[in-house]
Amino acid sequence: MNDDTRRTENGASVKVRRVVAYAVLILMSFLCLIWFYILFINASRSHSELSTGFTPIPSSYALKNFMSVIRGSQPFARGMLNSLIISVCCATLSTYFSAMTAYAIHVYDFKLKKFMFTFILMIMMIPTQVTALGFLQLVTKMKLEDNFIPLIVPTIAAPAVFFYMKQYMESALPLSLVESARIDGAGEFRTFNQIVLPLMRPAIAVQAIFSFVQNWNNYFTPALILHKDNMKTLPILIATLRSADFLKFDMGSVYMSIAFSIFPVIIVYLILSKNIVGGVAAGAVKG
Amino acid sequence: MNNKKSKVVQYNRWGYIFLIPFVVVYLIFQMIPLVTTVYNSFFENYRSGLTQIGPNFIGLENYKTIFTNGDLPAYTKNTLIMWVLGFVPQIIISLLLGAWFTDPSLRLKGQRFFKTVIYLPNLIMASAFSMLFFTLFAKTGPINSILVSLGVLSEPYAFMDNVWSVRGLVAFMNMIMWFGNTTILLMAGMLGIDTSLFEAAEVDGATASQIFWRITLPLLRPILIYVMITSLIGGLQMFDVPQILTNGTGDPARTSMTLIMYLNKHLFSKNMGLGGALSVFLFIITGILSLIVFKFSGNTDPDGKK
Repeated sequence: MNDDTRRTENGASVKVRRVVAYAVLILMSFLCLIWFYILFINASRSHSELSTGFTPIPSSYALKNFMSVIRGSQPFARGMLNSLIISVCCATLSTYFSAMTAYAIHVYDFKLKKFMFTFILMIMMIPTQVTALGFLQLVTKMKLEDNFIPLIVPTIAAPAVFFYMKQYMESALPLSLVESARIDGAGEFRTFNQIVLPLMRPAIAVQAIFSFVQNWNNYFTPALILHKDNMKTLPILIATLRSADFLKFDMGSVYMSIAFSIFPVIIVYLILSKNIVGGVAAGAVKG
Repeated sequence: MNNKKSKVVQYNRWGYIFLIPFVVVYLIFQMIPLVTTVYNSFFENYRSGLTQIGPNFIGLENYKTIFTNGDLPAYTKNTLIMWVLGFVPQIIISLLLGAWFTDPSLRLKGQRFFKTVIYLPNLIMASAFSMLFFTLFAKTGPINSILVSLGVLSEPYAFMDNVWSVRGLVAFMNMIMWFGNTTILLMAGMLGIDTSLFEAAEVDGATASQIFWRITLPLLRPILIYVMITSLIGGLQMFDVPQILTNGTGDPARTSMTLIMYLNKHLFSKNMGLGGALSVFLFIITGILSLIVFKFSGNTDPDGKK
């Protein structure tokens, strides 16, 4: 009897808690999505429509706004191409070389192994901003301003990507596999490229996505290095949009420019979301 | 026997070879810049109008300047205020959502959908997101138009002219961008807790909130500290959002100017001395915080044995 009442009480409290949980989840989802919904609506409206206030129904100026962004005074199409080139190169280099670094630590035994591993973990959290001053001087001395090289090449040394790859290898790369490749007479380099890399594909995919997005969104360093209009990336163009005299702009194309920078990532994310959300959890520190 | 050993040594030489790209790139693009940044911090080196002053060696003078001219404390305070304003709601919401997602008795439906949605803002270009907020919260923007038409406000509110509305917007954007990530990290920690503890507590008649406060939270302490310190390191790097929202001015009256915005100013005006001293200050702070994270991550054995 006593036990029975407790069970119904529990049942009721589970129901209440479930309702509260759904309410909070829906509220937070709303707070995550509403901005992109407003952006989507406003990017499809004309300047004069926008000045009359907000309506929740899209209008028909999307294509027109899109064309005026492409043909406008700011080189957004070129900016997207630049962002794309940099992000693809960074994603490729950082995953390939981080896998290589992780392979060196995971498979071989050498004197400096422990030191290198500890060192890389210790520098993992140091932000690039604190060495930006020296970095900028170096880039100027190397005459690499207005060049993508100083944005791409440094991603070869990516401690966070390395750490992820190393953790993945611990669970997915048995040393016996490397041994048997050696017995079959494969060279070390070939073993890495033809046996280990294909095995690492899931980890590489996750990290390539993160690396791509991170570099696509990066504003601080590119803004210090890229000054010429035709070299600028999307975040820099967004910043010039912000610093220009706002009232002179066609608001429809301002919204379209923002959409232009945000929506490609959203679309890719929606396609690949399963891998991405799983990847975040897998990269989490073991507490 | 001897032959075999030398062969192993020969293989192990490849460990060094495979490390070459990382080490070379790290030395050139991280180590040299770090050294020259520290070096610069001891020199007077800036432009005054068209004349270049320095570089002259002045010892610790730059450090004295940044600590005493009032800018550094003010901008540190701004950065920390905006971080706390964003982090507190973020950690509360993330703990709640994490606990709900991992609670088997709730059996929430659509978990994958919700996780996908709450993680989405993390991938959005911060500068574009900030630009979006600037246009949405402008005096003539849609948020004001909605609030006025709903009768919440009698006239459009100038969000960009008020200290706390600007700071609040920055904190809110950071919160929205990061709570999904924090939720997923905390969930990983919560799923790692031995389920028999929950079952035992339930058999003993503990309520959901008792289980949360007495079991989940104490066992989550290491990962909570990890989340807090990494978030603080990220908070100290706060740049894109306030930079774009305030067009780099940190207005009103530089109350939303962050440390990295201040550094960025020095980098653009080529004040290498003060910029260097500020960088070293940030390096030391983030270095100390990193060491704490490093202690907590507890993964220092390259062979994965702990």
